Parts: sequence; structure tokens; C-alpha cells
Amino acid sequence: MQVDIQHLKKGEVNLGTSIMAVQFDGGVVIGADSRTTMGSYIANRVTDKLTHIHDRIYCCRSGSAADTQAIADIVHYYSQMYNQQYGERPSVHSVATLFQRMCYGNKDQLSAGIIVAGWDSEVGPSVYNIPLGGGLFRQPWAIGGSGSTYVYGYCDATYRDGWGRDETVNFVKNTLALAMSRDGSSGGVIRMCVITKDGVERLFVPGNELPKFWEGKEVIGNVSKAEVLPDPMAIEV
Amino acid sequence: MANASAYRGTGFDFSNYARNSFLEKKGVPLPKATSTGTTIVGCIFKDGVVLGADTRATEGDIVADKNCEKIHYITENIRCCGAGTAADTEFTTAMISSNMELHSLSTGRIPRVVTAMTMLKQYLFRYQGHVGAALVLGGVDSTGSHLFTIAPHGSADKLPYVTMGSGSLAAMAVFESGWKPNMDRQEALNLVVAAVSAGIFNDLGSGSNVDTCVITKDHTEMLRNYRKPNERVQKENTYKFRRGTTAWTKEKIRELVVDETVVPLPHPVSAGGDAMDTS
Repeated sequence: MQVDIQHLKKGEVNLGTSIMAVQFDGGVVIGADSRTTMGSYIANRVTDKLTHIHDRIYCCRSGSAADTQAIADIVHYYSQMYNQQYGERPSVHSVATLFQRMCYGNKDQLSAGIIVAGWDSEVGPSVYNIPLGGGLFRQPWAIGGSGSTYVYGYCDATYRDGWGRDETVNFVKNTLALAMSRDGSSGGVIRMCVITKDGVERLFVPGNELPKFWEGKEVIGNVSKAEVLPDPMAIEV
Repeated sequence: MANASAYRGTGFDFSNYARNSFLEKKGVPLPKATSTGTTIVGCIFKDGVVLGADTRATEGDIVADKNCEKIHYITENIRCCGAGTAADTEFTTAMISSNMELHSLSTGRIPRVVTAMTMLKQYLFRYQGHVGAALVLGGVDSTGSHLFTIAPHGSADKLPYVTMGSGSLAAMAVFESGWKPNMDRQEALNLVVAAVSAGIFNDLGSGSNVDTCVITKDHTEMLRNYRKPNERVQKENTYKFRRGTTAWTKEKIRELVVDETVVPLPHPVSAGGDAMDTS
């Protein structure tokens, strides 16, 4: 059976998204844009796609808003039950496996691309990617959503092992800004979380303070500087 | 071998589904549902939430109800505006309202807005968008003021100001230009009225009056028909013909009420013959 992200149910609320998670020595940095769309309408321009699952585990959601919220709510519930029963926090791998089981077992009815990231006492920081078909892949960095296709090359060329917290935060911020500028379904603000042994720190980049890259310049024919350009709004008398 | 129609198994009978898709293939259109092509809005202010709605219900391009109620009761401190299929919004809110009452009776507490939101989104998600209810949920509880939108597929958003329905774009334009944090009651009420009015006047699916509802920590005020910008006015002219406008050539008056005189029949005894012995 072919799983097709274009085949969303009619009128479905979509997270045409740019999401990302990167691990570094002391923890993980996760980030996302803030756009939620219904067709061509932006239903929410300040969405929080970084969803709390447990004390030190978050997930980034992409695909259908309804599907990913429902899955995240269920996994959040299971994680709480795990903590109550075993008296310890679930590992990132356990939580990622829970996500993967839900995504794989219901793959025909879901459109959900999820990145799970966090810190646990077993392996420290870790990032798991669960793409559309319901696979489970541990990666040092992961990107997802419609905007991610524009920045694979940038990530491959830029990422280095052994970064610290600040370098990783900058990498996430720059990658998302690039993805958001090229992908029409992504945009708004950048939300980020730094998850370490000691806690979760939230970071926020407003839409007018996004990192800027080359944005092109007007390509006009041989216009000399002395020539007065016509005012497009002027009214002919 | 079991007889096909002798016993019916458990569960929902889907046989009408096959009939409906057969009819649809033959070109018979499905019946139209009454939809609330709607403008519904909500807005958080300093000490509570204001909800707003228009009052038009449509069936295709016909106005089915010119003054319907779209702000539904969930609990005393929580209300919910509904857009989409009228029957679905009516019955989902009624069912969740019932369950919330039972929940508050069993916990002995004033119920929370997130509880209603979770119940609604899980119900709508279960039906995968087939229950066509797009909702704006607002209320005040022990954790403060809350405002949500819930889409028919079961996704929820939490925002300080929200709009839903076909007039949501017109209403959102008003919020985006006029909203500011920490408004007082009257400012918020005015903004909500302006947003719903934008829907009423610029969206064909919305119309008639403005209903609003103000929810604060210890009081809920339902302001039904808070504004009536589309009241029928006295016609400038009367179109009745004056008596005697039409000429006639002959006149015939027919008595329609027939007078009857009842003549009792003569008694059988006086008409001769033996009387029956009734002793």
C-alpha cells in the first residue's frame, strides 16, 4: 500500500512544516516553524509543534495536525503510566518505539512524520526519526516536514560532530530559517527547545528577527543611476 | 447454511452504504445537510473570555433559519460555538455537556476547559472528520481563562483570539488589526461584535444578528441578539390596491352559509303498528 502525504482528507488541518532535531554532547536541540494551514489559509501562525511527552522527552510533529496530536496525547499518557509503574523515567528509545508502533500499525490511516528527541540516563542525548511509513531510525540529526527537502544539502555540508550547545542552536536556527524562506507551507516564528540532563530551555525567534541570507537583488536592464524610475503608484494626468 | 435474512449479526449495518454509493453512481445526489455557514469567534480579555456568533443557518443557498443559536452550553463556566453541519454541532456539544455534568458530579469540582477540549477532540478524531463540527471552545476555570479551536478532524489550537466557519477570514482580519493584550470587558465585547459583523456583512454564509457570551471567574452572561443590524423595517410604500380599483360588469352574490331547518320525524307509535314491549 502506497502512503501518500498529498492524499490528506478533505479540509484536513495540515502541518506543512519544517522541523528539526540535533544531538550534541550535553543534550539535544529541537526546533520547528510555527505555521498550521488549512488549504491556503494559515489557521495558526504561532503554533507550538514542539510537544511535551515527558520530563526530558519532546517530539516534533509534521503531517496532519489531528493525527499527530492524537498520537502524541496517547504516547504522553503511556509515558506517564510507565513512570508511575516503574518509578523511573522512560528512555527516549522506549518512547520512540511507542510512537513507531502507533505510526506503523495504523500507517494506512495516518499521515504523521514525527521526530522524537530527548535525554535519558541510559544513553544521554538521542534523536529518533519516524518518517511516514512508520520506520524508526536513530540519527545524530534529523529534519522533517515539507520544508526539509530544501535543506538536506545545507545540513550535509554544515553539520559537524562535537559541537557545543550554542553552535547547535545556531545550526538549527539557520537551517529552519532557510527552509522557511523556500517552503511556502512553512513560516512564522522559530521555536526551539534545548533538552539537557538538568532541564528544558525554551528559545523563541520572532518572525522579524530570523537569520537572513542572500535574498537576491533587482535585475533591471541597463538603467543608469541618473535616470528617474517611474513611480508605479503615480496617477497619469 | 444460515439463512441470509433470518438473523442479524451485531454491530452497525453498512448495507445502506452500498445502496447510497450505487445511487450516487446513477447520478442521484445525496441529500444536503443544514450547515451553519458561519462566523464564530472568541477572544480572551483581562478577566475572562468573550465568545461571538452570527445567527444564520443555511441549506445550500437558502437561509434555513434567520435567528438560530450557535453558542452552546457546555457547563456554567464553559461555552462552545459551533460551525459546520448544524446537527453535528448541536449533538456533539449536547453530548459533551452531558458528560461534563456527570464528570463534575463525580469529581465534585468545577470542570476545566481542557477536559471539554480533550473530550471533544477525541470524539471528533474517532469519527475521522465525518462528524462535521468546527468548534470554538472558551471558558474560565481554576487554572484561568482558556480559548480553543477544534477542527472537524480533531485537531485543537490554543490561541488568545480565534475565528471559525466560512466568515473566519473576514473576522480574523478584524482581530489581527484590532486585538491587543489585556483588554477590558467592553473593549473585548466591541472587538468581538466588530469581528462577527465583518462576517455577517462580507460572507454570504453568515448573516442576521450577533450573539455574544461573556464568561468571567464567577459569572457567565449570555447576550442573545446583542446586536440586530438586519431588522426588517417598515416598507416605504404600501402595495395594497385601493377599494374599487377594478371595474366590473355584473355582480352576483351567492349565499355560502346554508340555513337548515330540522323537521323531526313523526313518532313511530303515532304512525301505527305495535309498540315494542320495553318493560
